[in-house]
Amino acid sequence: MNNEIILLDHGAGGKMSHELTQKILLPVFNSPELADLDDGAVFAAEAKKMAFSTDTYTVDPIFFPGGNIGDLAIHGTVNDVAMCGASPQYLSVGLMLEEGFPIADLKEIVQSMGRAAAAAQVSIVTGDTKVVPKGTLDKIFINTSGLGIVYAGQDVSCRNAVPGDVIILSGSMADHGVTILAKREGLKFDVSVQSDSAPLNHLTRQMFATGGTIHVLRDPTRGGVATALNEIAGKSNVGIKILEENLPVKSEVAGMCELLGLDPLYLANEGKMLAFVAPQDADRVLTAMQADPVAREACVIGEVIDENPGRVVMQTRIGGQRIVDMLSGEQLPRIC
Amino acid sequence: MTIKHIEEYRDAGIAQGLAKKIQTISQRKIRLMEVCGTHTVSIFRSGIRSLLPDTISLLSGPGCPVCVTDQREIDAFIALARLEDVILATFGDLMRVPGTLSSLQKEKAEGCDVRVVYSTMDAVELAQKNPQKQVIFLGVGFETTAPTIAAAIQTAKKMGLDNFSVFSAHKIVPPALNALMSMDNVRVDGFILPGHVSVIIGKNAYQPFFDQFNIPCTITGFEPADILQAIHHLVSQIETESPRLANDYGRAVTDQGNVTAQKLLADTFSIQDVPWRGIGIIPMSGLKIKAGLAAYDAEQKFEFHVPPSEDPKGCACGDILTGTKMPFECPLYKTRCTPMSPVGPCMVSTEGTCAAYYKYHE
Repeated sequence: MNNEIILLDHGAGGKMSHELTQKILLPVFNSPELADLDDGAVFAAEAKKMAFSTDTYTVDPIFFPGGNIGDLAIHGTVNDVAMCGASPQYLSVGLMLEEGFPIADLKEIVQSMGRAAAAAQVSIVTGDTKVVPKGTLDKIFINTSGLGIVYAGQDVSCRNAVPGDVIILSGSMADHGVTILAKREGLKFDVSVQSDSAPLNHLTRQMFATGGTIHVLRDPTRGGVATALNEIAGKSNVGIKILEENLPVKSEVAGMCELLGLDPLYLANEGKMLAFVAPQDADRVLTAMQADPVAREACVIGEVIDENPGRVVMQTRIGGQRIVDMLSGEQLPRIC
Repeated sequence: MTIKHIEEYRDAGIAQGLAKKIQTISQRKIRLMEVCGTHTVSIFRSGIRSLLPDTISLLSGPGCPVCVTDQREIDAFIALARLEDVILATFGDLMRVPGTLSSLQKEKAEGCDVRVVYSTMDAVELAQKNPQKQVIFLGVGFETTAPTIAAAIQTAKKMGLDNFSVFSAHKIVPPALNALMSMDNVRVDGFILPGHVSVIIGKNAYQPFFDQFNIPCTITGFEPADILQAIHHLVSQIETESPRLANDYGRAVTDQGNVTAQKLLADTFSIQDVPWRGIGIIPMSGLKIKAGLAAYDAEQKFEFHVPPSEDPKGCACGDILTGTKMPFECPLYKTRCTPMSPVGPCMVSTEGTCAAYYKYHE
């Protein structure tokens, strides 16, 4: 099937759909629950609290340095479940394909999904494939949903930040956002940076294992760190103070942002996390994070304060202060 | 792509030292205008206001290219987007600017072919790749961007491209300064002159303006130390009543400017009277494509109908662009006019005064 393309028949539920599932999907997504091809997956669960999340991936370009739409779709949902203080267990995968999509590309995407799921130690237990006429969808969209078991005794939520909490960021900002921008048509920058797309559930397990009190976990994806912090400040009704000096940005990412007039605080990350930790436990949690390769450069970027509830304030490098607001609409490159 | 050199201009010690100097010498209550939108954003982003004494007010001038683009021109862009077999290429800032009835973003959603490009040469390339389509580039900006558009037109001419043209709404800065100072209600005690524009036109280009109004002026760059140094020099000139036309951006700006770029501009554009939003017609302040290059001038090349334009009601853009009102003095600010649903262009561009206040101001 390598040189072939996706036809409407691949989504019609007949022989060709069956062949696509058997030849391309099942060999990779090889969980026992999926192999039966029942209408849904049945599994035992003894957890008291569960977390459930869904997301749809439409990234353009679908292949980019550091990953593709497939592993991104696995990491994204694994991370969303992990940010609920849960250990992700089961995923569903919905593939929406444009008629004419190369099967070789589909294979590559599916294989990276398999690898990403294996690395994150989650099972793909149910799925669906649809094919739509050419021109009604851009190449491939993927929906994934994830189910996880909340770690015993943990209550992690955007509403739980309290004054005094130390805010840790797990590594450099904007790597994914800049990589995607650089690859988009019309932007001929040769940037050595790559997407940070990665699963964060092993990292959160290590963080919970420290026994430290973690109030909030958040992966700053679309809208970046600034938007995530604003959401937390709003929902917890607390002030947030961050130090510009401490914000980690790779120099090549900073350079590209300078050129295009973009602010790394607002650009997407796909393998980074914000953690709000009780002050007495911050050192322990930070050390545990830095021991994991995905968070080796984790650092403290600020703290939760009583003043300015609902707002994020930055102490600038020159010692001034300014508000960090939410992103409104997509960042557009400026004229001059 | 490492920019290490910049770090020195963001050094906390240097910045705070300059802030202290300013606090020491500042006695009079003064209003300084930064003409360039990039300065406005940089001032907010680095939190410079919080380091200045109460005596100093910083005003934002007419230096955001999108903001000074006349409503009729925005409506003309939209009319061009609706033409058959046209690809409209534009820098991103213009997409959300509301015209009288629509915006380019809405037109794109309705099916018009509007593309955001990062350089004019990308638009030339679009024309090469789509010979069956007419590619129109929307030229909006000051002396900084205009030379790149001039270069694109000259390149298209050399290549014999017959499907590339430009709608030139370019403007030049010194005549706007003159117009501003000639307005009755404008009170400015000193100007922070734009850095990028000055790289092209050179310090000497401001000499006639300075000679006429004898007001403290300094050209500066965009880093915190640049801006604080410029403010320090302006305060010092004002306090000692010794106005000068100074250049605090010597690492990039010369007296003559970039002569090659100036020649390119002169070869491609003629200087004409054009309207600025909120100010009106300013004599000899716009760059229109020369008659000899009419084939590359979208305004001459295409027949298009622009419905009667109307400035948005209640919008104080004009007063804000001239520094006579602050954004929060506009009745629409943060009520009907927000970055999500902008009424005036000052709320659209990241360099727009209202957008900057909305984003950074408490």
